[in-house]
Amino acid sequence: MDILDILFSAAFWAATVRIASPLIFATLGELLCERAGVLNLGIEGIMVAGAFAGWIAVWAGLPLWGGVAVAFLVGAMLGGVHSVLSVPFGLSQHVVGIGMTLLATSLTFYMYRVILPEVSSPPKITAFQPLDIPVLSDIPFFGAALFSQTALTYLAFLLAAVMAYVLYRTPLGLAVRAAGERPEAVATQGLSVTAIRMGAVIVGSGLMAIGGAFLTLSAFDSFFFEMVNGRGWICIALVVFGAWRPGKAVLGALLFAAFDAFQIRLQQTPMGAFLPYQFFLMMPYILSILALIVMSRRADVPAALMVPFNKGER
Amino acid sequence: MRLEPISAPTPARRIVPPVLALVATLVVTSVLVMIAGRAPGDVLRQIVIGAVGSKFALLETLNRTTPLIFTGLAVAVAFRAKLWNIGAEAQLYAGAVITVILGTGAMSAPSFVMLPVLAVAAFIAGALILLGPVILKTRLGVDEVVTTLLFNFIFLLFVSFLLEGPLKDPMGMGWPKSARMLPEGRLPRIFDGVRLHWGFGVALIAALVIWVMDAKSTLGFEMRAVGQNRDAARFAGIPVTSVMIKTAVISGGLAALAGFSEVSGLKGSLTLDLSPGFGYTGIVVAMLALLHPLGVVVAAFFVAAIFVGADSMSRAIGVPSYIADIMLASALLFMVLAILLTKFRVRRD
Amino acid sequence: MATTVQAPPALCLANITKRFGSVLANDDVSFDLNQGEVLALLGENGAGKTTLMNILFGQYTADTGSVSVFGETLPPGKPGAALRAGVGMVHQHFTLAANLSVWENIALGTQGIGSFVLRSGQVRAKIRDLSARFHLDVDPDARVSTLSVGEQQRVEILKALYRDARVLILDEPTAVLTPQEAQDLFATLRQAVEMGLSIIFISHKLHEVMALADRIAVLRHGRLVATRTRAETNPDELVSLMVGTAVDRHDYTPRTVGAPRLSLRNVSTPSTGTRFGLNNVSLTLHAGQIVGLAGVSGNGQAALSDVISGLITPSGGDIGIAGQGITEWSPRIALSHGIGRIPEDRHKTGTIADFDLTENAVLETYRDQFSRRGWIDWRGARAHAETLRETYDVRTSGVDSRIRLLSGGNMQKLILGRVLEQSPQIILANQPVRGLDIGAVTYVHRRLVEAAENGAAVLLISEDLDEVRKLSDVVHVISDGRLSPPIPRDDATPAVLGHWMAGNGFEGEVPHAS
Repeated sequence: MDILDILFSAAFWAATVRIASPLIFATLGELLCERAGVLNLGIEGIMVAGAFAGWIAVWAGLPLWGGVAVAFLVGAMLGGVHSVLSVPFGLSQHVVGIGMTLLATSLTFYMYRVILPEVSSPPKITAFQPLDIPVLSDIPFFGAALFSQTALTYLAFLLAAVMAYVLYRTPLGLAVRAAGERPEAVATQGLSVTAIRMGAVIVGSGLMAIGGAFLTLSAFDSFFFEMVNGRGWICIALVVFGAWRPGKAVLGALLFAAFDAFQIRLQQTPMGAFLPYQFFLMMPYILSILALIVMSRRADVPAALMVPFNKGER
Repeated sequence: MRLEPISAPTPARRIVPPVLALVATLVVTSVLVMIAGRAPGDVLRQIVIGAVGSKFALLETLNRTTPLIFTGLAVAVAFRAKLWNIGAEAQLYAGAVITVILGTGAMSAPSFVMLPVLAVAAFIAGALILLGPVILKTRLGVDEVVTTLLFNFIFLLFVSFLLEGPLKDPMGMGWPKSARMLPEGRLPRIFDGVRLHWGFGVALIAALVIWVMDAKSTLGFEMRAVGQNRDAARFAGIPVTSVMIKTAVISGGLAALAGFSEVSGLKGSLTLDLSPGFGYTGIVVAMLALLHPLGVVVAAFFVAAIFVGADSMSRAIGVPSYIADIMLASALLFMVLAILLTKFRVRRD
Repeated sequence: MATTVQAPPALCLANITKRFGSVLANDDVSFDLNQGEVLALLGENGAGKTTLMNILFGQYTADTGSVSVFGETLPPGKPGAALRAGVGMVHQHFTLAANLSVWENIALGTQGIGSFVLRSGQVRAKIRDLSARFHLDVDPDARVSTLSVGEQQRVEILKALYRDARVLILDEPTAVLTPQEAQDLFATLRQAVEMGLSIIFISHKLHEVMALADRIAVLRHGRLVATRTRAETNPDELVSLMVGTAVDRHDYTPRTVGAPRLSLRNVSTPSTGTRFGLNNVSLTLHAGQIVGLAGVSGNGQAALSDVISGLITPSGGDIGIAGQGITEWSPRIALSHGIGRIPEDRHKTGTIADFDLTENAVLETYRDQFSRRGWIDWRGARAHAETLRETYDVRTSGVDSRIRLLSGGNMQKLILGRVLEQSPQIILANQPVRGLDIGAVTYVHRRLVEAAENGAAVLLISEDLDEVRKLSDVVHVISDGRLSPPIPRDDATPAVLGHWMAGNGFEGEVPHAS
């Protein structure tokens, strides 16, 4: 198999879209938080918690969409804790975020062991199955690549469109953007910066959790401790790469996923035998750092990102 | 609500919130223990017994304290200068890798030469690892939180490659494990017959050195000034970039000493599970210590005790040992809130 | 006082009291704003004007008292209540999001937050209509970051008008304007009054107050000390009401001018973001002379200050000190050449809030004077801090107390002491008295004059023309990053300075005052 074979296989593009899906959910969630002015470093832990919560809910008997809803709620609750500490109390968003990741991760592992004390390998569930979109999925090549995905993947792309619409075409989105640019502008127009920012962090965290749940409910059918494996941090880089815009963030996630799908396939080529597998696995992280470096000179960062707003501060 | 600074906090103001933070941590822990169907009292007692209830337990705790002092100091030094080094894990492994490369046969020398060489080499390796993200930050403004975090994953994969490739022990029955250190490269025990190595002593000395540096040296003064107010520091003529780089060297170096001490003092070889997240736990240690170098020693002991105690409790009672991580994460969050409340009053208007 | 009682007052503040800890910010303040009236609220910094406005807008809850608008009492502590009742405010520091467009800034918060559509066409149309009616020319689709200061203020006024405000409050609106822009603003405000608006005009500039206001209310130390109609008062009375005592009229005695100490030749710096760089600036500071720099805020003062402090290296031109050309440039080098710097922002650049008095006192000198081989001599540092505390009258509980707890005046005295104790050859004083009370202002001015008398070359940067004219021997105007030729003290009338400040260029003769 050579490089062109990889690029011209529908399976490669299908994998790209699949790998991008959880990143899109979580990146949009982080983007929402940052657009309102809050850096949410709890993302990694919230994704772990979402992956577990969605999966365990389905294992306990809920339908798959019930699992997605549970994941969202768990993420929103963790986001609620983050937002209380980081918004009205204005604590360091770095410290709160790292603390939230440690807390969410350890809570998840703890609950896993409490609920499943003696298992050596986690039970499996019946995950989301690919949903062929009528007509579109019959298109040669593109059908198999793009329109034979699970419902959750379609939702990810729909969500990106909704997010773009809300941010740029509704009064609420305007308020969110203004809260991340100049909270004083929001406060003097009679809106509550605190409510807007907390809301954005809560909803954004819910979306991150759905990103985690995608792994257990769609990409795989079970939960493993190391399954999120830095994807949250990668999403933070993707937000920067996407210049804080939903459309560009989706493109970034797809580009990133394409590289990931490519390196997986490359490992099976003669080149893969030549280079130790660890170097392939490093690619996503190296790519993320490169993305940050490339985008470092851009001035799109929300002006009030990480700046706490204390009403009536003198 | 609104936060109003308190100009002269009363003693109660200084003490009550942190105490409440500890109480809140215990409440959260107890609720989770009850969810697991056990009695909180038993669990907490068992954690204490498991951590300090016997000479063996205490030594175990002290051995666990050692790397946490190093990583805690690494984080405290960096955070004081507002350098968000979340990459102590990678720096620790960098120190361990150099220690193993030099200590398994690449050099031969008597112990009193070999050990300092290993420590210095480890220190330099850790410093170099952190320099990349810091230069990206000072030159291009790339957020070091994300780069140091991502670098942890990259470096761990690199270590995995080394242990399956160049550094693999030919006698290791196929396990990804390095060869054993030469006897000259091993840190001796502090007391004969007591299972506590000199890594602990070095850690205590490091804490003292950092404390004195912090309080008395021009560099310590500059690091604090840069951390508190970068603009004012720059205006006053403090070379901010150079101070950040010196901070990075010290921070990365300290984290790497944890790797040196674990390999040379405790384990004798390098495996991929050398550190169960000492780098990340260092953040909790540093925050609980309020970034004070001597506080780090106390906090590291406290954190180590909880981990060691929870392991023992888990074997005895069956509550998952992850309860320790939860206790620490919640203690961290409650404590940063409590510290805020010692300085600010919450007003409703 | 209004004699007719047919309409309720547009705005009525009754018995407002607000205490912060031991500080009484507002003490039983009551006044009315009649419909169709311009009321000036006059007071020094710290007189309680800002607190009063925060109470009016629900950001703070008053301890006692009530606010009513057109006879309706507002619920206390509800931000937005005053807005909905038709009160609009133009803040001194604009609250505009620079990366959003004009119409987005204006529409923010005016449409239901749960609505699914942002009606942008409607917003633009209404803005165009208002612009035309009130002569407030601005493009609704422009990004705020591309607008001039004057245009941004128009956006702020449009924000209030867009919400159908019937009461308009302006906080120090002319602080950022050229005299000519201020005239345009006054025209707009008179237009607004004719259209039925009522206006509160917060200021401490007496000639503006006398030009615009129907009535004047004076606040001092949180209390309303007097209300006068314009006809029954005069500037001298207002000053003594504001300050409480007759002001010290500074006497000027000409100083002997010495050798050139600092010279900038054709210095340029790049513009960054919204900030002007310097454009071919040449300036010489002589020993024993105070050079005043007048200009509207944001015209390159910050860049000039940064160059002299050592924070930025010019992209073109030369710096010379005592006749020697400088090749390397940094804050430390500037200090070593005897440049003492009083920065514009004493909180953000002058001091470190959580450092104690001692640490702040040696922030610039710890390396050369209070350390040996990398170790700080804390005993010496403390003694130095004690000296500064006594010599410069810094009132604090001790040299171990954190700077955060000091008042602005005491903080500034510490910075002043830190600079003057080094006997600097050159002093850069950027807005040295902004936000200080009269006592501290007098003190700082006296010390700067003394320093000049003792031979220092002083550059005084200020947006307050009165301050510049009072202290300076020679005045330059800065506009669009360019520096005017020097104007001797006696020729530096407001008319002359204003003409140059307005960006009309500096060509030709010094215009003569009429």
